[in-house]
Amino acid sequence: MSAAVQLLIGTRKGAWIYRSDAQRQTWSVQGPIFLGHIVNHLVLDPRDGKTLLMAASTGHLGPTIFRSTDGGVTWAEAQQPPAFPKATTNGAAPARAVDHSFWLEPGHASEPGVWWAGTSPPGLFRSADNGATWDSVAGFNDHPMYWNWCPADGGTPDGALLNQIQIDPRDPAHMYIATSTGGVFESLNQGADWSPLNQGVEANFMPDPYPKYGQDAHYIALAPTMPDRIWQQNHCGIYRLDRPGERWDRIGQAMPAEVGDIGFTIVPHPREADTAWVFPMDGTEVWPRTSPGGKPAVYRTRDAGANWERQDAGFPTEQGWFTVKRQAFCADQAAPLGLYLGATNGEVWMSDDEGASWRTIAQHLPEIYSVVAAPL
Amino acid sequence: MVQVFIPSQLTSYTDGVSRLEAAGDSIERVLNDLDARFPGLKFRVVDEQDRIRRHMRIFRNGDRAQDLRLSLNDRDEVLIFGALSGG
Repeated sequence: MSAAVQLLIGTRKGAWIYRSDAQRQTWSVQGPIFLGHIVNHLVLDPRDGKTLLMAASTGHLGPTIFRSTDGGVTWAEAQQPPAFPKATTNGAAPARAVDHSFWLEPGHASEPGVWWAGTSPPGLFRSADNGATWDSVAGFNDHPMYWNWCPADGGTPDGALLNQIQIDPRDPAHMYIATSTGGVFESLNQGADWSPLNQGVEANFMPDPYPKYGQDAHYIALAPTMPDRIWQQNHCGIYRLDRPGERWDRIGQAMPAEVGDIGFTIVPHPREADTAWVFPMDGTEVWPRTSPGGKPAVYRTRDAGANWERQDAGFPTEQGWFTVKRQAFCADQAAPLGLYLGATNGEVWMSDDEGASWRTIAQHLPEIYSVVAAPL
Repeated sequence: MVQVFIPSQLTSYTDGVSRLEAAGDSIERVLNDLDARFPGLKFRVVDEQDRIRRHMRIFRNGDRAQDLRLSLNDRDEVLIFGALSGG
C-alpha cells in the first residue's frame, strides 16, 4: 500500500506543497504559492480530498481566505472572509476586527461544505459553502462572558488567538475550542453556547494559578480512536483529559526535569490512543522558546503520559535552537507512521519510523507556521 | 471621476493596473466602486469597523485621509499606499 503523502506548508512568507513518492523517500516541490503572504494554515478537506483552504494575510493587507480545488494551481478568494459584526455605537465593547485567521477546521463528516475558522483576536467563524462566505458565530463571539474569556489586553506576541477547533467525530454538535486567553471551552450545541473546561490546568501568570478560565491552551487534539481523550500542550505544561471527566491531569510531570513540559504542540497517534508526541521548548526565565539546551528532540509517550522517551536521532546534538509552532507538527496515516515538523528556521523534518529517526526534507524555507499531512 | 493610484500590494485585483478612474464623492464610495469592479479589494484596505487598516495609507490630493467619509470632487486624486509593515 502506498504511503504517499502531501505536506501542506504555511510560512511567514507564503505556502508550499511537498509531495512524496509511495515510499516517502523523494519529494517534489510546488511553490512558493502566494509568495510574501503570511499563511497561518493550509488545510485539505478530507471529505472530498480536493478542496484546499488557506488562511492568509500580508504585512499590509487585511486577512482573507483562499480556496483551490485543483491542488493549489489556481485559487479563488472568499467572497466574504471572516469578519466580526459592526460594533454597536454605544461603545459598550471595543470594536473588533479580524487581524488574521489562524486555524481552519473542516466540519463534521456529515456536513460537507461546512468549515470553521479561529481568528486573532479570538473569534469563531463558520462557513456553509466550502469557505466562500463566513459568518460570525454569535454563541462564542457575542457570548455574555466573551470579554472575560478574551480580554482586550490579552494575547500572545502575535495577538490573542482562538487557536484550535476540534469536533467530536461521533457528534457534530459536540465541539471544543482552545484559546490563548481563556483556555479550553466546550460546546454541546454546535457553538450556540460554551463552557470553560480548565479544571486542574495551571495559569501561573494569574493571581489564582488554577482559575476557571484564563489559561493559555497552546494546542488541543482528540485521540482519533478514543475521542473522549483530549491531549493538551498548554503554556504551563502537558495535560490529558478523559471525558466525561472534568479535571485535566498534568502528564508532563513525568517529563525529564531538565527538559520540562513546555511547548506549542502535541500530536496523537492516529491508531494508538495511549501514544502521543511533543516537541519541548525552553520555557525558563525569559522564555527563549528554543529547543532546551540547543538540543532539539521529540518526546513520545506510549502509556497515556505516565512515561516519556526521548527521540532525537538525526537532530542536531548541539547548537540547534529552533522550535516548532502550534500547527507545525503532524502525523500521516501510514504504517509505520510518518511524523513531520516544520521549524522556525525554515526546515521541515520527517520521521518514517514513528519518531525513531529524523531527517530534513526541506531547508531554507521562511519561518514555518503550519504543516498538514494529507494522503496523495 | 476620481483618479486612483493602486499600490503593488493590490494590483493582483486590478489585472496589474496601478492607475485608474473610479466614481464616488467620498473615499468610501470610491472604495465601494473599486470593490464592485474588483471584488475583495476593499476588505484588504478597510476593516469591518470601517477603519483604514494599520499599515495602509490613503491620501486625497496629497493630504492623509483618516476618515472614509472624507469628501471628494471630480478629478481629485486618491493615492492608496501600503506602508511600514515591518520585516
